[in-house]
Amino acid sequence: MTDTLGTRNVYGETLVELARTNKDIVALDADLSGSTMTKLFAKEFPDRFFNMGISEQDMMGTAAGLALAGKIPFVSTFAIFAAGRAWEQVRQAIAYPKLNVKIVASHGGITVGEDGVSHQMTEDLGIMRVIPNMTVIVPADGIEIKEIMKAALNTDGPFYIRTSRMKFPVIFPDGVSFEIGRGAVVNEGSDITIIALGLMVSESLKAAKLLKSKGISARVVNMSTLKPIDENLILSCARETGAIVTAEEHSMIGGLGSAVCEVISENYPVPVKRIGIQDRFCMSGTGDELLDCYGLRAADIARASEDVLIQKEGIR
Amino acid sequence: MANREATTGFNMVKMEDISKLKETARLMRINILTMIHNANSGHTGGSLSAADIMTALYFHVLNHNPDDPNWQERDRFVLSKGHGAPALYSALAMCGYFNLKELMTLRKLNSSLQGHPDVRKTKGVNATSGSLGQGLSVANGMAMGLRLEGLQSNVYVMLGDGELQEGQIWEAAMTAAHYKLGKVMAIVDNNGLQIDGAVKDVMGIEPLYDKWKAFGWNVQVIDGHNFEEIIPALESVKNCNVTDTPSVVIAKTIKGKGVSFFEGLAKYHGVAPTDEEFKKALKELGG
Repeated sequence: MTDTLGTRNVYGETLVELARTNKDIVALDADLSGSTMTKLFAKEFPDRFFNMGISEQDMMGTAAGLALAGKIPFVSTFAIFAAGRAWEQVRQAIAYPKLNVKIVASHGGITVGEDGVSHQMTEDLGIMRVIPNMTVIVPADGIEIKEIMKAALNTDGPFYIRTSRMKFPVIFPDGVSFEIGRGAVVNEGSDITIIALGLMVSESLKAAKLLKSKGISARVVNMSTLKPIDENLILSCARETGAIVTAEEHSMIGGLGSAVCEVISENYPVPVKRIGIQDRFCMSGTGDELLDCYGLRAADIARASEDVLIQKEGIR
Repeated sequence: MANREATTGFNMVKMEDISKLKETARLMRINILTMIHNANSGHTGGSLSAADIMTALYFHVLNHNPDDPNWQERDRFVLSKGHGAPALYSALAMCGYFNLKELMTLRKLNSSLQGHPDVRKTKGVNATSGSLGQGLSVANGMAMGLRLEGLQSNVYVMLGDGELQEGQIWEAAMTAAHYKLGKVMAIVDNNGLQIDGAVKDVMGIEPLYDKWKAFGWNVQVIDGHNFEEIIPALESVKNCNVTDTPSVVIAKTIKGKGVSFFEGLAKYHGVAPTDEEFKKALKELGG
């Protein structure tokens, strides 16, 4: 098995596979097909691929029209443009009429890297999550996205799925089970729960190892479906471990940390620490340098876990 | 009414048809005013300016079936200037998509007739619209999807002239030309006014003819209140192939058309008639 995989690469390959048996699948891109990996689809299905040029707003509206004509559009561009530039088009033309459009946005988070702030997207999960009807998913590795795409294809309605430029570690075996709206415990533990999505799941697993060496038993949850979020799992983790850390490659405002806090603060408040990007714009650098720089590493998650454990003990 | 048989008179619109359409448009204007007055909210001026074109579309041009709103081979109509919804709702009700009485629920809580068109709530509505600038993109997507299905349906989309200030319109104009969406026909309701005043004063859009031409479209300029010009213009798309040049009809219209004291006034863009105005307007329309 490969050690690392790019979620965007697997997206491109899986889209082709799915389209071979489902003739209703069409793909749209905004001049980034070489980066989003829809170029693979374009090569095999030129008649069903629409390069919309550098015009994301038009692309979202066109996808809506294709869905209204019975097609299943997979729409790709960088996350900053899909969720940012075309947010209102996504809201109005796709989500409000609940159309069957799958937005698979690549280059999410800061690990786009050297291109810097203009191309990094650290707000997409928050601004997609607030749109009614929208399902929001971030795969934890290159295996999970295959299952996510199958599930999205089999579920009518709008989806926002975030992929990454950076390759990151493979966690799951082929054919791992995925169910929309269900999180999964990927490491058992009893002292604290680390809830993560995207590449932060693999960092959280590393953090759990670091904590184990200190005698702390950390549960790790892969919350790949950010919306609808798995409230039952969050609450059982809150009850059973009494403390929570969240980890995401996203602003600390509005994303996974916020969503988890919303659930537990209304139902079963326990101490929480959020790992994410502070309320700030980031800068250019390699993906790895940026994860170090902005505190999105296993060591940061472990430190936050120790802090939240102190809070938990204090409450007792 | 409004089926394939009724739309074969290309280039030769019979006088009796035109007098029928004029009468239908008069009734549509009465419906528009009545429903907006009853809602005490809505866009009067732009609904009235579009009434003749809407009448031509739904009672002569479109290949549609009110008994089967989702008939796959139907022509599509997208009201990109979604604030003209009262004109669309009137047309749909008068065609029989739903009961005329429903018009009185416009903009009311739990109504199927939302302030702007909603594809999931209203029978006969083909696309959700209302946020300006988006409808042409949606129409293009429909045409692409229908073409993939091997269908010959036409996709009409009505744009406001102020709406052409939205950049997305021109993105979509490029798309339709690039992908040779010959079955797309845009209709510009060119009444020259927007909420804040004259289009030319708020943000000039001329030269419209040259702009659309430069974007690779067939362009026709017509009087949007004259059925003898409206019908052949709208029907010209029926002779286009799915891989031809897209077409636009710039329809010169008068905001508030049909009610003398509304005509040409920007202030009636988004307000309902008062009781007194309503009575006076009905009288003018012979209602």
